[in-house]
Amino acid sequence: MSRKALDYDQINENVKKAQYAVRGELYLRASELQKEGKKIIFTNVGNPHALGQKPLTFPRQVVALCQAPFLLDDPNVGLVFPADAIAKAKLYLSYTAGGLGAYSDSRGLPGIRKEVAEFIGRRDGYPSDPELIYLTDGASKGVMQILQTVIRGNGDGILVPVPQYPLYSAAISLFGGALVPYYLEETANWGLDINNLRQSVADARFKGITVRAMVIINPGNPTGQCLSVENLQQILRFCHQENLVLLGDEVYQQNVYQDERPFISSRKVLFDMGPPISKELQLISFHTVSKGFLGECGQRGGYFEMTNIPPQTVDEIYKVASISLSPNVPGQIFMGVMVSPPKPGDISYDRFIRESKGILESLRKRAHMMTDGFNSCKNVVCNFTEGAMYSFPQIKLPPKAIEAAKSAGKVPDVFYCLKLLEATGISTVPGSGFGQKEGVFHLRTTILPAEEDMPAIMASFKKFNDAFMDQYEDHRGYSRM
Amino acid sequence: MRKFVGERAKRLIASNTIASVVKFNHHYTPSSPNYCSNRSQLRRLPTSLYSLISSYSIMASSGPTPPVTVESLNPKVLKCEYAVRGEIVSIAQKLQQDLQANPGSHPFEEILYCNIGNPQHLGQKPITFFREVLALCDHPALLDKKETMGLFSADSIKRASLILDQIPGRATGAYSHSQGIKGLRDTIAAGIEARDGFPADPNDIFLTDGASPGVHMMMQLLIRSENDGILCPIPQYPLYSASIALHGGTLVRYYLDEATGWGLEVSELKKQLEAAKQKGITVRALVAINPGNPTGQVLAEDNQRQIVEFCKKEGLVLLADEVYQENIYAPDKKFHSFKKICRSMGYGDKDIPLVSFQSVSKGYHGECGKRGGYMEVTGFSPEVREQFYKVASVNLCSNISGQILASLVMSPPKVGDESYDAYMVERDGILKSLARRAKTLEDAFNSLEGVSCNRAEGAMYLFPNIRLPNKAIKAAEEAKKAADAYYAIRLLNATGVVVVPGSGFGQVSGSWHFRCTILPQEDKIPAVVSRLTDFHKKFMDEFRD
Repeated sequence: MSRKALDYDQINENVKKAQYAVRGELYLRASELQKEGKKIIFTNVGNPHALGQKPLTFPRQVVALCQAPFLLDDPNVGLVFPADAIAKAKLYLSYTAGGLGAYSDSRGLPGIRKEVAEFIGRRDGYPSDPELIYLTDGASKGVMQILQTVIRGNGDGILVPVPQYPLYSAAISLFGGALVPYYLEETANWGLDINNLRQSVADARFKGITVRAMVIINPGNPTGQCLSVENLQQILRFCHQENLVLLGDEVYQQNVYQDERPFISSRKVLFDMGPPISKELQLISFHTVSKGFLGECGQRGGYFEMTNIPPQTVDEIYKVASISLSPNVPGQIFMGVMVSPPKPGDISYDRFIRESKGILESLRKRAHMMTDGFNSCKNVVCNFTEGAMYSFPQIKLPPKAIEAAKSAGKVPDVFYCLKLLEATGISTVPGSGFGQKEGVFHLRTTILPAEEDMPAIMASFKKFNDAFMDQYEDHRGYSRM
Repeated sequence: MRKFVGERAKRLIASNTIASVVKFNHHYTPSSPNYCSNRSQLRRLPTSLYSLISSYSIMASSGPTPPVTVESLNPKVLKCEYAVRGEIVSIAQKLQQDLQANPGSHPFEEILYCNIGNPQHLGQKPITFFREVLALCDHPALLDKKETMGLFSADSIKRASLILDQIPGRATGAYSHSQGIKGLRDTIAAGIEARDGFPADPNDIFLTDGASPGVHMMMQLLIRSENDGILCPIPQYPLYSASIALHGGTLVRYYLDEATGWGLEVSELKKQLEAAKQKGITVRALVAINPGNPTGQVLAEDNQRQIVEFCKKEGLVLLADEVYQENIYAPDKKFHSFKKICRSMGYGDKDIPLVSFQSVSKGYHGECGKRGGYMEVTGFSPEVREQFYKVASVNLCSNISGQILASLVMSPPKVGDESYDAYMVERDGILKSLARRAKTLEDAFNSLEGVSCNRAEGAMYLFPNIRLPNKAIKAAEEAKKAADAYYAIRLLNATGVVVVPGSGFGQVSGSWHFRCTILPQEDKIPAVVSRLTDFHKKFMDEFRD
């Protein structure tokens, strides 16, 4: 036999097609440079703890006790752990017959799913059913599971915002479906234009694609916008009319840095609209322990909640979940603590509030520092980061820079980001990894570098950018005026 | 009529389509068929026409059927089956709820889950040292407190500090490298080297959330269509059949020979490979589960060499499921990794593509809930390796706690460490007890009428063969169940013992089996045996021909 089974030309084409820029060329180059001893500021992934954010004390205490339950029998445990963490650990261990070491129900521990349902009920003002909540190893696993369930072949399309978080494009490619883009309007603060959506669906159908689902990311990744109630209502009505299941990526729901548009869940807006839509529209929403003030990316904890999904389908999703046995149990415990944190009067309450508020307030300040910093740079414009963890400035590249990129065999924004990386150690993701309109270039940074490092980082960025622009400027105009 | 209007609108748009003005600016695949990227400028069309298009699109799809119904799901999802958590488990869960609500409502007091290799669920205690390290890594602030010295062993503190130093920023709450934390992979590679006596490269290791995601990843990479086949043992662990179905490939069965203790004959492999080729199937990989699940056999070195030769000759990827490598109970048997076999045959990295799966869920530690594991991939080109990495990166990384545990499992305490003695007592206690339980259950099964059971040389399961009377088979047919599923349901309802019918794993047609774990705690084994024996006797009395 001449070809080996896993020679490059013999592997699944869908795998080759999938792209995931967040860990792509830039990240690899950054890792190389780091190995060579260069100081790298990783702003490519929303990974707060990697940039020095300290974990909240209480959740870590609870999980440590669950990991080492023999500590609970030690008379000295109280010297190191507060009583409410001990009580919480005992509660969580009572949810599972085998502690953290046993597979749980494939949907997650019933006790934790009940806590999640109570959290959703409090948040939205409408009760939630734990049977329709599935815990997952981070939100990504949930998204992949749902897309796998929905996509039957390359005739099935999923509406995805552009720019988008590349998890969606990668997963759709892996499962052999069609990505149907709808463009967010940068000049309208990355707003979502419903006519634009209609057009995307019409285009796709014209090509013979059955559009089956629509993804919204709220607050937006990489774009940082928060959707208004009116906008969400429009989206819901649109999905209802067009018979789409709405996939609501709401993992940044705690990360909101302005007060005009607080986070509001798609589910609440849907239920506020009342019947018939509230009883008919199919909605799946995703959440995680990786974002918010917890930022516990390494734990891989998440959930999705299903609304108006028929029981038989719920069973199929359960079956697929069961093939992976169960989500990791420590991640489930983190989810529990996230949705039922210490209450006023608890010993750990003050500390928990101090720590979590500290993180969110600092993120708010950093969001301002970063967008202001970008807007002070030559040929750079940046919408304010209303939420999530990212800035997505537009870089107006001079024609000479675009030519230089072409002769280097690079997409222009990749070229720019590589230069930025080499010059400053700032590791970003080029806008082309998220999708953008033709001839327009962006980059994504997280707002996660430590507050005290922020002025220096922005100064270093400005120094690089302005010199870059001077080098390539020829006064013939920019990539976009 | 409206359909006609819609068609006319479509034609009009087609003739009015203006060259693409907006493009999904993706530097890799702008014209890929998966991207519906070129967009016509509908906005420039007359309003009346635009509304026609909208109504067309609404009409075309809107109806009484919502988008996600069981009829419109991915058929691959509908097709796959996973018996370990199927119907019987649902019945068991209902019985358990019943027992909680109305104690005494059934002839047993508790449900005994012998369907799944989930040792700690049945009361097995975790290894203290591992848990100490994990707790310290989960809450590193403990390392700054002097009281911690009184609560934790000195070497667990040392190990936790060492591990934290290997993690950039000591941040256990951060996503890691998508292959897993480098320092932990170094430790694992050293562990593999110590096990095999041949070098292992940390860059070949991908840490995963348990072994299952690694298996899924390989299937995703290998399977291009239903014309691609994967050779799997029958009986097999249904992860393989499910994953192959989910990824749209074809399961190519090779039968293990029950008469020779579930032997794996290369002649059988050849026969099945040829038969698959005749059907136009390109066989791409061979799955070997060693020690076997559900069959419990441990492959002999000679046999392993033959399998390696076969894969090499036929150009197959060897997928070696070695998650039960620590679970060996037969004193005359020893585990040899396929990597060691390949290397000892003189086959290096260039000669054979090999993937070895390991998990923290099995062994003596049985840490299923942690979802830790790794795969060691050797014999692939750098281009293919990049694809592995890319797919891993879409899921960001596996959970850190599981990663740390995987490194601990591959480098447990050593002679002279403070925890060494306690660790050995815990480890050997569990393994010896498992061996005793395996023997007791095996003997019990073999004493039943019409039942024969091979010995569990390894793994965590027994897979007895039951010769069911025709009357029972008929009764099962009437109940629309497979005969062994019928038996298993009756067993569950009568005794509370949950087993998995052999039909979930595959078996020679006309033979019937069930899989039973050896995991109930030792003090419960006599009760399991007597309940099983009573049930079986009554069952046979009812159905004997």
